[in-house]
Amino acid sequence: MSKVHVTTSVNGDEVEFLADPRETLLDCLRDHIGLTGSKEGCGTGDCGACSVTLDGALVCSCLVLGVEADGKRVETIEGMADGAELHPLQRKFIEHAALQCGFCTPGILVAAKKLLETNPNPTEEEVRYWLAGNLCRCTGYDKIIRAVMDAAAELRQEAA
Amino acid sequence: MAKDEFKEFKLVGTRPDRPDGLDKVTGRARYGADISAPGMLWAAVLRSPHAHARIVKIDTSKAEALSGVKAVITRADFPTGLTGEDWNLQENTMAGERALYDGHAVAAVAATSKLRAEEAVRLIEVEYEVLPHVIDVDDAIKPDAPVIREGAADATVPEGMPPNVVRYMEFGRGDVEAGFAEADLVMEKTYKTEATHQGYIEPHACMGQMGADGKGEMWVCTQGQWFIRKMCAAVLGLETSQLRVTPSEIGGGFGGKTTIFMEPLSLALSKKAGGKPVKLVMSRSEVLRATGPTASASMDVKIGMKKDGTITGARAEFRMQGGAFPGSPVDMALYCCFAPYKLENVEHIGYDVLANRPKCAAYRAPGSPMGAFAVESLLDEMCRELDVDPLEMRLKNAVREGDTASYGPKYGSIGLVETLEATKAHPNLSIPLGPNQGRGIAAGYWFNHNGETSVSLAISEDGTAQVSVGTPDIGGSRASIALMTAETLGIPYEDVRVNVVETGALGVNEPTHGSRATFASGKAAVVAAGHAITEMCKRAANEWGIDPEAVEWVDGAAQPAGDNAGKFPPMTIAEIAGKMGSTGGPISGHHESVPEGVGASFGCHVVDVEVDPETGRTTILRYLVVQDAGRAIHPAYVEGQYQGGAAQGIGWALNEAYIYGEDGRLQNSVFLDYRVPVASDLPMIDTVIVEVPNPGHPYGVRGVGETGITPPLPAIANAIQEATGARLCDLPMSPPKVLAAIKAKGG
Repeated sequence: MSKVHVTTSVNGDEVEFLADPRETLLDCLRDHIGLTGSKEGCGTGDCGACSVTLDGALVCSCLVLGVEADGKRVETIEGMADGAELHPLQRKFIEHAALQCGFCTPGILVAAKKLLETNPNPTEEEVRYWLAGNLCRCTGYDKIIRAVMDAAAELRQEAA
Repeated sequence: MAKDEFKEFKLVGTRPDRPDGLDKVTGRARYGADISAPGMLWAAVLRSPHAHARIVKIDTSKAEALSGVKAVITRADFPTGLTGEDWNLQENTMAGERALYDGHAVAAVAATSKLRAEEAVRLIEVEYEVLPHVIDVDDAIKPDAPVIREGAADATVPEGMPPNVVRYMEFGRGDVEAGFAEADLVMEKTYKTEATHQGYIEPHACMGQMGADGKGEMWVCTQGQWFIRKMCAAVLGLETSQLRVTPSEIGGGFGGKTTIFMEPLSLALSKKAGGKPVKLVMSRSEVLRATGPTASASMDVKIGMKKDGTITGARAEFRMQGGAFPGSPVDMALYCCFAPYKLENVEHIGYDVLANRPKCAAYRAPGSPMGAFAVESLLDEMCRELDVDPLEMRLKNAVREGDTASYGPKYGSIGLVETLEATKAHPNLSIPLGPNQGRGIAAGYWFNHNGETSVSLAISEDGTAQVSVGTPDIGGSRASIALMTAETLGIPYEDVRVNVVETGALGVNEPTHGSRATFASGKAAVVAAGHAITEMCKRAANEWGIDPEAVEWVDGAAQPAGDNAGKFPPMTIAEIAGKMGSTGGPISGHHESVPEGVGASFGCHVVDVEVDPETGRTTILRYLVVQDAGRAIHPAYVEGQYQGGAAQGIGWALNEAYIYGEDGRLQNSVFLDYRVPVASDLPMIDTVIVEVPNPGHPYGVRGVGETGITPPLPAIANAIQEATGARLCDLPMSPPKVLAAIKAKGG
């Protein structure tokens, strides 16, 4: 199948690649652009390890075709920190020991960032339901929820 | 109870940031599928759609003719003549005469792209002769069941047993019938658990390279790079030392990544493709169909109890299928099931049974959760019948130091009584419950493990230290090993870097399994640090012109031991290290052993549930894990192990199961249908870290990874009975089953 030329913005940088129309955005990010922070845990949109935002919408990049990213803005885990300065969510995940193997972590961070942009003051229940599409098999979610709540509190304080 | 600080320690028991944290929150950490190489090919695997079928013919010509295809392999490309477990591993890697389960690999392709490899796989034509299959363990043990493999039974199986029984065991002590005769109540029940998968979020992935000269390399997500090396070498007929295996970061394992499934395929394809590196990444569906879930079990338990709760006799007869190969953890299940209790009269019988399912692998405390489900459920029912408090019953029968375990050995220092007392004291137990709510309690056990361990430590020129370990870091072991090393050397935690290294860099290591990484690699690192300290004291003594015996190591510096030794200011590790080149060369330490002093670990869980009487859905309201850690080196990651074990147990109890159709095909091979707990399914998980230090470890470590998955299955069943009056003896306790049980008792 002949490839399609795709021009897109990834973490603020203009990026071009040739995509087979059957390839997912996740495949393109990982195999064509070399951004392997987004993970494939299922390929069916059930685990959330491949979470990215596409024009600001939270998506499973395994359910988006690479060619669909043409002309759009993609944000991935690699763009979450501001240079050397971690996003408060990233810092809180380390502080709270909210990761064990770390494989689900990029997707959860991307999803949690979108949550806090949408709802700066979520309840525990709201965090749990927002993250229900991101599987973690190691932690039992306890420390993840605490880290997100704590980061939300810090971000609110910064904003105040 | 959780102590974050011990007076005698500066670092052990604190909660610093993990050394690999930054890489893992920025997406930089490199897992199995995250690496590529110049000239790399992609592999794809053709798998059997049948549970049991003779492979009549495989025609690979169309696949081979496809542009970009560089190699196609079938079993014909593997060496012959293997025996025992080597043969099992080879047969599981690639089917020979027969496909033994749905998903069994039949052929594999390497091509210039992933899509091309997948296209090529679809062009391979296989002619099958479908054979009768058997899935359920109770069906598989019937005398007239389809025979999975003639001659697979080992010498333990008495003559006349059904053909799929491949291992038999029988052990115990005392007189169990006399024990039952002494009892005021004797109860006997049958329990069943379905196979579940470890469900690590990272699918298996590797990149293998193998030349015609028999030299090869592999990058792979694994719990044990030496196991990968040994098993790949055996399956492919290689010389072990010619294969270098580098472990990637690992996205969860829970026992499922202690063995091989598809790794030899990448090497065999690479060799056939002229030595080009070959990347092979499983899909989720392949993971569920063709890697190693746990066994399914059918278990009879009979227990005798006096009115005061004393257990007088206990008998367990377990049947487990671990797929189409020997190796279900029926032995472990039997060893663990009565381990918390002091028993004079006990009998265990076990059958390892073949069925047309994937070859089971270890899953967190292999066997123990199933045995606990049966025994702890029955004990709970007996306590209800006799009106005995279930926690007091467990305290009354609890094993203590010096007692003989139900399975034979004598216990050293153990913390079951302390664990039960801490449970009793927890505020969760006094929270009042509402309608349709129930509280369940259960205990659990895991041995913990030592295993071959090799660690090397080197002091750098600036006085910092690097530690090379062979146990991949899955849940924070770099942090715990760095803490213990820094504590021993008397230097800051940040001055120690722990590296997980490849097979060429150390002696043989067993995987990160058996809850052993912090125990075994940690202990070896402490011993290795001790060797480096001895050397550094010698360097200082030489400089001072005093006897090395007269130098002691305090707070990261050599100093004269007392006034008689001479008066010299302390010489710091940085000073000694800075001049190592002129004082005798590199300063290092290493240690190789199978470390003695393993400390067993007991846990007790308390769960509060609410059951919807109209739907049968169970909601976990509250969850408490109490477990003896020996000592928590990094308490946050100990809590994490407790919480993660509980969550997996909750999934096993309520949702997770392998569901097969009549055709023997797995029906739920995606995460949508194989539903693991999500964040909205669970409450916060409370933890209490009991610390009865293990005298066999320099910092008291027992190992914490596995015990926590053992009690949830029965604890939740016990809570559901309390909430509904209905007793579930068959996992998972999914809403339809719970509803049916409620209706059956007229609720």
